[in-house]
Amino acid sequence: MSQEILDGLAVIVNEVAGVPVADIQPDKSFIDDLDIDSLSMVEVVMAAEDKWGVKIPDSEVKNLRTVGDAVAYIEKSTA
Amino acid sequence: MRIAVTGLGATTPLAGDVAGNWASLVEGRSGIRLLTEEWVPEMTVHFAGTLAEEPPLDRVEARKLDRSQQVAVVAAREAWADAGSPEVDPVRMGAVIGSGIGGFLTLLNAYDTLKERGPSRISPHTVPMLMPSGPAAAVGLEFHAAAGVHAPVSACASGAEAIAVAARMIEDGRADVVLAGGTETPIHQLTMAGFAAMRALSTRNDDPQGASRPYDIARDGFVMGEGAGVLVLESEEHAKARGARIYAYVVGAGLTADAHHIAQPDPEGKGATRAILSSLAQADASPADVAHINAHATSTPQGDVAEAVAIRAAMGSHRPLVTGTKSMTGHMLGAAGAVEGIYTVLALHHRLVPPTINLHEQDPEVDLDVVHGSARTLPQGDLIALNNSFGFGGHDVAIAFRSA
Repeated sequence: MSQEILDGLAVIVNEVAGVPVADIQPDKSFIDDLDIDSLSMVEVVMAAEDKWGVKIPDSEVKNLRTVGDAVAYIEKSTA
Repeated sequence: MRIAVTGLGATTPLAGDVAGNWASLVEGRSGIRLLTEEWVPEMTVHFAGTLAEEPPLDRVEARKLDRSQQVAVVAAREAWADAGSPEVDPVRMGAVIGSGIGGFLTLLNAYDTLKERGPSRISPHTVPMLMPSGPAAAVGLEFHAAAGVHAPVSACASGAEAIAVAARMIEDGRADVVLAGGTETPIHQLTMAGFAAMRALSTRNDDPQGASRPYDIARDGFVMGEGAGVLVLESEEHAKARGARIYAYVVGAGLTADAHHIAQPDPEGKGATRAILSSLAQADASPADVAHINAHATSTPQGDVAEAVAIRAAMGSHRPLVTGTKSMTGHMLGAAGAVEGIYTVLALHHRLVPPTINLHEQDPEVDLDVVHGSARTLPQGDLIALNNSFGFGGHDVAIAFRSA
């Protein structure tokens, strides 16, 4: 798993929702652990799209349950 | 009607809290400042009443709230703490926060994003931030107001109408405690251009702090201001059962309309007179009981005279102490009625009427006892004070308060 993408995503989630960067780990669920609501999740997705130049369709967003899921998806999309 | 006022919160051009507001009012200090934005030089008006203190919110909180919501939340928090943060069953708790314009700063920013970056870059927070009910919703959410959340929109009478709606919620038995207030953050080139196009704003660019001069012969328009005010209204029974400090009571709320012109006041002020008399009738009081009026008094040539005529018609030969605190705050539009409601409550509480500043030569058409120069004391005993608020569209609101 790309540490660089994880670190970048942690900065985004911290910016959007104020979650401490250290808490943003691959096994954490956006909704259950990090308390990211559906609107904030859209913001995270938009920021990630801007940062890595990828497109994350709504049909994929619902599969991104954990931080690790999102890192893997971004990693795959940028490969 | 007899609804207790048990908490006050305000952030305005004078100060970021109620204590600072009152100190500035009594000393007659202006909160008007020259603007420094890059668009200012091309405008006919170069000044406004900007907040004395930026909203003390954390970054994450601030990014989901329009500025108009931010100041409402700040004022609500102060009011709630001031009331002793009472325990209230959410289904008995309400929030009524009015605004004249709502979250238009968010709307404009989003429109820029739409044009520059396309529809996929619009924030998911855009709609909850720009809707006129956004401030009421933000306050209602934070304070678990499940009895009802309302957002009166009646231009510059919105904040006063919010007090009226909130008092009515309690009177009708829908709630025990309601956060009631108004909010406005209108300072932007577009809004200032719009009001300037109506020739409604003072253009006294060489003397910004002397520009808002209600009732003065040389007044030339109002001065725009931003801010929010929130009051905790509570049924007398609920307030007394928990031993709350009661500043004053809301005892009447008169709501009428001019049906005259979209922006000009009825020169005879008939709607305003009816609003005043209606508020007194609900209070079971007579004009002779009115010790003080915090007037709408925006410093426009026509509006100040129309209100003076209306007050005279309602009061007859009785001459209460009148003041125009917009001389110091500027006109906070939809927040004005709530902030000035707070000032009226404080005048009763402290038995002191703040001065109208910049009043050097009173317009002979204004036949009122206007407090100026320095604050004047009110007598002890049972007193009524009124707060007038009017808005474009002909909205007339008079709130009657009774001393505690």
